Amino acid sequence: MEKFTTHTGVGVPLRRSNIDTDQIIPAQWLKRVARTGFEEGLFSRWREDPSFVLNQEAYAQGSVLVTGPDFGTGSSREHAVWALQQFGFRVVISSRFGDIFRGNSGKGGLLTAQVAQPDVELILKHLENNPGATITVDLQARTVTADDIVASFTVDDYVAWRLLNGLDDISLTLQHEDDITAYEASRPAYKPVVTAETGAAPRAQIQVSTAPTGD
Amino acid sequence: MGHTLAEKVWRSHVVRQAEGEPDLLYIDLHLVHEVTSPQAFEGLTAAGRTVRRPDLTVATEDHNVPTTPGPVLDLISKTQLEALTANCAKFGIVHHRRGRLGQGIVHVIGPELGLTQPGMTIVCGDSHTSTHGAFGALAFGIGTSEVEHVLATQTLPLKPFKTMAINVTGQLAPGASAKDIILAVINRIGTGGGQGFVLEYRGEAIESLSMEGRMTICNMSIEAGARAGMIAPDETTFAYVQGRPHAPTGADWDTAVEAWRQLRTDDDAVFDEEITIDAATLTPYVTWGTNPGQSVTLDEAVPDPAELGDDDARGNAQRALEYMDLTPGTPMRDITVDAVFLGSCTNGRIEDLRLAASVLRGRHVAPDVRMMVVPGSHAVRLQAEQEGLDVVFTDAGAEWRLAGCSMCLGMNPDQLAPQERCASTSNRNFEGRQGARSRTHLVSPAVAAATAVRGTLSAPTDLDTPTGPGPRHTSDPTHQEVPA
Repeated sequence: MEKFTTHTGVGVPLRRSNIDTDQIIPAQWLKRVARTGFEEGLFSRWREDPSFVLNQEAYAQGSVLVTGPDFGTGSSREHAVWALQQFGFRVVISSRFGDIFRGNSGKGGLLTAQVAQPDVELILKHLENNPGATITVDLQARTVTADDIVASFTVDDYVAWRLLNGLDDISLTLQHEDDITAYEASRPAYKPVVTAETGAAPRAQIQVSTAPTGD
Repeated sequence: MGHTLAEKVWRSHVVRQAEGEPDLLYIDLHLVHEVTSPQAFEGLTAAGRTVRRPDLTVATEDHNVPTTPGPVLDLISKTQLEALTANCAKFGIVHHRRGRLGQGIVHVIGPELGLTQPGMTIVCGDSHTSTHGAFGALAFGIGTSEVEHVLATQTLPLKPFKTMAINVTGQLAPGASAKDIILAVINRIGTGGGQGFVLEYRGEAIESLSMEGRMTICNMSIEAGARAGMIAPDETTFAYVQGRPHAPTGADWDTAVEAWRQLRTDDDAVFDEEITIDAATLTPYVTWGTNPGQSVTLDEAVPDPAELGDDDARGNAQRALEYMDLTPGTPMRDITVDAVFLGSCTNGRIEDLRLAASVLRGRHVAPDVRMMVVPGSHAVRLQAEQEGLDVVFTDAGAEWRLAGCSMCLGMNPDQLAPQERCASTSNRNFEGRQGARSRTHLVSPAVAAATAVRGTLSAPTDLDTPTGPGPRHTSDPTHQEVPA
């Protein structure tokens, strides 16, 4: 994962709250098996509207998204994070994030900077009055600076540490493989293990031969 | 001080705890489907890793499958389904494929196969994993990076959740259902109200619900922003689990039940937050907007944004009403629908189908309405057919489909056309959720069935006495109660 220390880029004001991940990337884009190419799907339904903020020239190089509360609610699709990153975003600023989206962002290196709503409002107004204005996000100092506006933000300490050092979660966990093995030895015997067993149809004897088979 | 149900399950799964770091939690069951897994398997392979516990991992196809027989025609979907098949073969993961017993929506098959049990930690790359909390499991949705993490390590680093008690006192009145409880909860705390919390649903109304009803409630916890919702396991839970293919047997069963009985929240435990809802006051809820918190009761009218709380709520409501093409003051019962969708991980279980069939028996879907009935799993489909429910649906003019996520999410071929309006038993009424520019009203199965008959949002009590033909299979011996 790429390290994140500070970032300066064009701020994009997206004045809406409750933006769910279905809006960030509609389900039709989720059929793909690759990890790239999702930038096309970013806000794809809203981008059909020529006046949508991402269609404006001033924000073509946008890399800091500033938006209303409850950004990234709903579906767990990490494609939402990939779409934002592949479009060029490094930071999303909001006063509240959906839990799963925030977690996914931290894994992938997209910084979710949680800024108090009155400060978000100030930054939104600044960006709307100065299209193409830049924002500097300093993860070490936990500040967001837009011209003379300086706001602090919160982010999970552990996530910040991983971002600052560009560390991959899985390799960190695998350092504790002995602990995992020890835990496994203590698990109760009644816990289920998966077999191909499906039983009969629930509580009934039913022939399945008439069922259509997969292709 | 005692512990809550969520805390007890958490504490029994801690692999490692260290100052300043998240807890490393062991995962008892990892459910996998075609959409959120291919990039995880790819990452695993690229890093030269393998699946640590294929025996604690199970896969199925649900989001991206057609619900009509025949081959998958969409080549991109086909590639994704083939990728899952190949990955499961490569790593030795049991995979329930389309058209086979065992296949279905991931949150329907887990409980059905007896894999979902009290006290477990369960994850899946799907936000509705909260469903499994109905059994007293700590179950939550994860992203693809976390899917890869669980595949590689069978653990997840997690920061503890806060806990919120949702006390649902009293008993539901006739006509109200589990779906109405959860829509009322989301209406009350909002789509962000549960962020950072595990919700624990408790109280008389919850204890009286079947496992299907409990699953409906826990399923939509994520729509209130909570990653997980839980209900303490009780006799209803044990009776549901016992005898299923993966349930403990013999002495293991007794040991398990004894352990499960200890999971209840201790009397002296303290929740971080607590709310109370009186079930007896609830009537059917219907959404009018584009998030699951924007709802009213069926007896009410489309709200006027001008009368709503703050600027943000007003702006949201205004935008939602434009999208939904609704006028403030319109009685909800006057809203005409083009389609009705009965199914999904929220309401695609046998009890939901039975309830809808009881409304549709001897009646017919309105002439201009298309009703789609999609069982949550292949086993639910077979059970329904054995009970003759399929005939009730087809006689009423509804479509009887194969198992899958279907029209819940606008991904597979089952989609609404632009501007089409649907009464749906699913979980999300987001813009475009059921197809580009489509319009969704979330409802209970009973309201869905009644709406299909009248063509406008309705409850069963709005219907005239049935006049159509009765069920063809009146002598079907399978019209019996399934053991709870």
